[in-house]
Amino acid sequence: MNATLKNLLAKAGPFIGLVLVIVLFAIPGETREFFLTYNNFKIIFTQTVIVAIGALGMTLIIVSGGIDLSVGSAIALTSVVGAMLIRHGWGPASVLPAVILAGGVVGLLNGLAIAGLRMTPFIITLGTLGIARGTAKWLADNQTVNYDASPINGWMTTIDPFSRSLPTGVWVAILLAVLTSILMRHTVFGRHIFAIGSNEATARLCGIPTTRLKILIYTVAGCFFGLAGLFQLSRLRQGDPTVAVGLELDVIAAVIIGGASLNGGVGTVLGSMIGALIMAVLRNGSQQMGWPTYFQEIIIGLVIIVAVFVDRLRRSPGA
Amino acid sequence: MIAAARLRLTNIRKSFGATQALKNVSLEIGPGEVHALIGENGAGKSTLMKVLSGAHAADAGTMELAGQRYLPDNPNDARLKGVAMIYQELNLALHLSAQENILLGAESARFGWINRRASRDRAQAALSQLGHGGLDLNRLVGDFSIAEQQVIEIARALLTQPHVLIMDEPTSSLTQADTEKLFLTIDRLRTRGVSVIYISHFLEECRRIADRYTVLKDGETVGSGEMKDASLDRIVTMMTGREVKDLYPRTARKPGPVVLEVKAAANFPRLKQAGFQLRAGEIFGLGGLIGAGRTDLLRAIFALDKLDDGEVVVVGSESDRASARSRWRQGVGFLSENRKEEGLMLNQSIADNLTLTKMSAFGRFGFVNGGRQRDTATRWVSDLRVKCRDCSQAIGELSGGNQQKVAFARLLEHPARIFLLDEPTRGIDVGSKAQIYQLVSELAAAGKAVVVVSSYLPELLGLCDTIGVMCRGELTAVRPRSEWNEAGIMRAATGGA
Repeated sequence: MNATLKNLLAKAGPFIGLVLVIVLFAIPGETREFFLTYNNFKIIFTQTVIVAIGALGMTLIIVSGGIDLSVGSAIALTSVVGAMLIRHGWGPASVLPAVILAGGVVGLLNGLAIAGLRMTPFIITLGTLGIARGTAKWLADNQTVNYDASPINGWMTTIDPFSRSLPTGVWVAILLAVLTSILMRHTVFGRHIFAIGSNEATARLCGIPTTRLKILIYTVAGCFFGLAGLFQLSRLRQGDPTVAVGLELDVIAAVIIGGASLNGGVGTVLGSMIGALIMAVLRNGSQQMGWPTYFQEIIIGLVIIVAVFVDRLRRSPGA
Repeated sequence: MIAAARLRLTNIRKSFGATQALKNVSLEIGPGEVHALIGENGAGKSTLMKVLSGAHAADAGTMELAGQRYLPDNPNDARLKGVAMIYQELNLALHLSAQENILLGAESARFGWINRRASRDRAQAALSQLGHGGLDLNRLVGDFSIAEQQVIEIARALLTQPHVLIMDEPTSSLTQADTEKLFLTIDRLRTRGVSVIYISHFLEECRRIADRYTVLKDGETVGSGEMKDASLDRIVTMMTGREVKDLYPRTARKPGPVVLEVKAAANFPRLKQAGFQLRAGEIFGLGGLIGAGRTDLLRAIFALDKLDDGEVVVVGSESDRASARSRWRQGVGFLSENRKEEGLMLNQSIADNLTLTKMSAFGRFGFVNGGRQRDTATRWVSDLRVKCRDCSQAIGELSGGNQQKVAFARLLEHPARIFLLDEPTRGIDVGSKAQIYQLVSELAAAGKAVVVVSSYLPELLGLCDTIGVMCRGELTAVRPRSEWNEAGIMRAATGGA
């Protein structure tokens, strides 16, 4: 295989996977009618928003050589915070920054602990996974936080469910993906994220303030998780401290299926977005096939393994 | 032709796709012979060794071991047939003891239970054969020095009673004193009738230890014969295909004002006390054994490690902040001795590696102008004759010499005025070495100040103006080069100054 072709394949790998999954669900009789329609894709896109926004933050973290297991808990916590603020009478214009800030604070604490205590992100965020979940339940008094109504409730739907327009959440996710992609590729901050993930010792040797950088990465990612929490709130129309359990694994899987390496230094925003879509398509398709949820779980598990295996074949020298 | 060759390779060919790695290689080794395999990087030495050790199958040609046709299926098969290999990067389980490592995969056991006494005896016997019976078998391998770890790996290879032992760059991370010990070990192997294939970039070493040699160039055998009949110049000419006259060029330079002052720097326990002055236009060499604190001194100067005591003054800089970041700002550059683990981001591009210290200089408002960054990298790649596809290629795909040139270019591009170079020529080919010596000399001539740490004495004596020798964490002797010779440096390094 020549270098250009290999390069093309390496870049298009996750995309080919996505097309393959879509084609597979378009063929069977049970799904043929509805699967390939615009309205179905509108549903798929809407169902992807939360994982996609989480995956943007996770891409920063994983490319920098880290991991964050506290995403699901952070989303639950920030959705509870958002619901409480709405109940206090706050409008969307102030709830939005406040919830993002709440996510940022969780990220900042993660970053401070990881960089300050010099402990592995896995352990620290395994800890904050519990801490954030517990805090969410404490704040919410162990029950859902309900409120009368808020314009935020409309961000994950359209007024007429059969209209052509997409919900606000989808547009926000697309816009953020473009901005994050630019951030990763064209800014000093982005290049430094790759540097620290590729080889932290080299980054330190080259005068990159690695401690500060790590704190910043987890904080920025936390802001993304906060926003994801807001869309979670919008979808449920209530703050639920027990929501999004295990969502961190979906988010990490999206980034990994998208071609990022858990060793750091490798990964793209586009890949992560396609990874998130692949999982949403699998869920949507399985539902339409009438497969039970346990079957979906098995399939997604297999897809993660196959995706990383194919990725390794592609990267291996001389292939 | 040797009458009873232990190992005979005839007309070996091996291609990978369109690349012919081995075109026509023949090699003959007698019993109990130490045979130096010499060639530049890319000459085909590694491929040949992979064919010999069973990792690759040859496309054509024959191999004979002790008169029998020899066709190993894989490295383990090769080991069982009597060809063992010691890689440059040691293959040891650092968390297991010396004994466990020596017997790894060949434990004395019955029904899965380890027989402690038999294990101990076999491991002890293997070490004693090498003259290192005194090593503590119960100590964890990670606690031994690199030289001792190497002995443990050789002992493991001896368990299968090899006919041929291949050693790839065995001295690349050893000090002079440990190299001498290794030579004694090789002598013992020789008297026991083991044939040794010795691969090294250090020609002086090959000359000392080897009986015969074979030179490879571009996948072909271009010469072989008795070591005692060959001059070094002749071998270098065969390797490169051109005459190398002056490995250590001496440019006209005169020392200027002091630019760096190190006052009684200490970082316990490895760096106890070191002080020296560095002048503009001076090349300052740091000699000593591995573990003497030379790297620790450089790291302390570059503020990668904190000082417990003493002071480092970069003359002419306004801030006295000490961090790697501020050192780069003050015009100090550091070249790590460890390219893979510290010096380079192996899966990132040449351009990113080259410009990592000054990414923000290629753009505005936090954005990086990729075009300008690439142009800069492309200029250095062509100036330094780095062999690569283009500057977007991942640096891990380049050879050691080319990687080192890019790592060096990072300091040149920054630009640094004080160069801290830790083992700048470790593990790179003769051509790249000559180029780096040339660069360092030109830098000094242009008024830059250079500190070179080297374990290779001809390099220290050939390149430097002033040489300081470290011993057990202290910089004991600093003198002009004219007052040093190899024996003097070794005496000072071993505490006999």
